[in-house]
Amino acid sequence: MTTLANIVCIACISGGLFFFLAGTAGLLRFPDALSRLHALAKADNLGLGLVAIGLMFRANTLLVAMKLILIWLLVLVSGSLTAQLIAARVRRVRK
Amino acid sequence: MTEFFLAAAGLIVATVAAGLAMILRGPTDIERLMSLQVLGTGGIAALLLIAFATQVPGVDDVALGLALLAPFAAIAFANMLRAEDLVSDDRDTAS
Repeated sequence: MTTLANIVCIACISGGLFFFLAGTAGLLRFPDALSRLHALAKADNLGLGLVAIGLMFRANTLLVAMKLILIWLLVLVSGSLTAQLIAARVRRVRK
Repeated sequence: MTEFFLAAAGLIVATVAAGLAMILRGPTDIERLMSLQVLGTGGIAALLLIAFATQVPGVDDVALGLALLAPFAAIAFANMLRAEDLVSDDRDTAS
């Protein structure tokens, strides 16, 4: 059981690392501001979510697991909010 | 498992550092703001991984604090850009 949990944990964190790499690659390589925003807003939050899920398998207490979920939810809310704000600025500059 | 967590944290920090190249490259302030957001999300993920690797109490609370405070920089910056837009609008209508 512990081995299975460890395997799932490593798989989730590796997936998270992949999405962080993809997000940064998109930020550096995509041609314009809106597509860069698209790469970053989705890939990075998904990467953090996968890392949090992976770490949840290693959480000793319920409090720590809830804290991981809380951090992810906070980042999701703030990430979507700032993405909207930035996109509004990008649109404005284009006009 | 400790080594894996630390290696994953190192990889995320390296990815974020690569994303910070966007601050130098620009071309506009919006890209610089985006790379700051990558720093926020990646920093939270790295802090969580370090918290679980070292088992030092309180590091996950630092991640929680960063999750709370990271969006404020982006929101304040978007507000500043908006204020600049409004000022330039006033100039356009006046002239």
